[in-house]
Amino acid sequence: MGWSGRLLPWIAAAAAVSLCSGLIWGYFFTPDDMRQGSTVKIIYLHVPAALMAINGYLLMFVGALVWLIRRQHVSVLAAKAAAPVGMVMTLVALATGAIWGQPMWGTYWVWDPRLTSFLILFLFYVGYIALWAAIEDEDTAADLTSVLAIVGAVFALLSRYAVLFWNQGLHQGTTVTVVDGAKQENISNVFFQPLLLSMAGFGLLFLTLLLIGTRTEVRSRRLKVLQARERME
Amino acid sequence: MMPDLGKYALEVNSSYALSLFALAVIAGLYVRRSRAVKRALAAMEAAQDA
Repeated sequence: MGWSGRLLPWIAAAAAVSLCSGLIWGYFFTPDDMRQGSTVKIIYLHVPAALMAINGYLLMFVGALVWLIRRQHVSVLAAKAAAPVGMVMTLVALATGAIWGQPMWGTYWVWDPRLTSFLILFLFYVGYIALWAAIEDEDTAADLTSVLAIVGAVFALLSRYAVLFWNQGLHQGTTVTVVDGAKQENISNVFFQPLLLSMAGFGLLFLTLLLIGTRTEVRSRRLKVLQARERME
Repeated sequence: MMPDLGKYALEVNSSYALSLFALAVIAGLYVRRSRAVKRALAAMEAAQDA
């Protein structure tokens, strides 16, 4: 708790600065794309949100594994704290993708492999949160939600790599690809630099909320123990 | 100062409004619950110490 409390204000400040500068840069100071027009500005929300939606679930996967193998409470509480933030990131990615899709593809939604796996990922987030809320015993809830997190991680990976092995999809390829440490030219630098800043902002915001949420869950558990002890006295 | 978004202004602005609203709501909820739990725990610990 000590180190996270000391780091939290700095991470929160870095998140606010990078998120605001990335989005302001992207919205106000980048040109329109030749084909997409001004809808290219949606990229600064859609790509970082999708990235954090997938990484958030993978973080839950790691937390679940650590809990099941080592029975460390903090890992499963971090996974629990990550879920609502990841769910919101998934929702933002789905909503901005649909809004962008209408003028570019002529439809808000299509049962494309990446879109479908992302919708399933969203449902896994909802299921994970609902399962935590439905089970009273904390350790049983941790066990069952961890199994769900591990199963759902398949869809997190699927939504990340679906464009690579399903060619029939409408969704374009990866926006940013790094091969041997170098960025591939999928996107011009004029769009890439604010996108990078926005991605850092979303990542740091996720980390800030993860730390706040985990600290809250740890305190909440301590509170429950004290309340139970008081009832027994 | 506002950029000219042309015929896609509604799509771009609604994306930004919706996303920022969603992020603000989740951040607000996390901070509010954190403060509530911290206060409740402090009160409980104080009551136990007394």
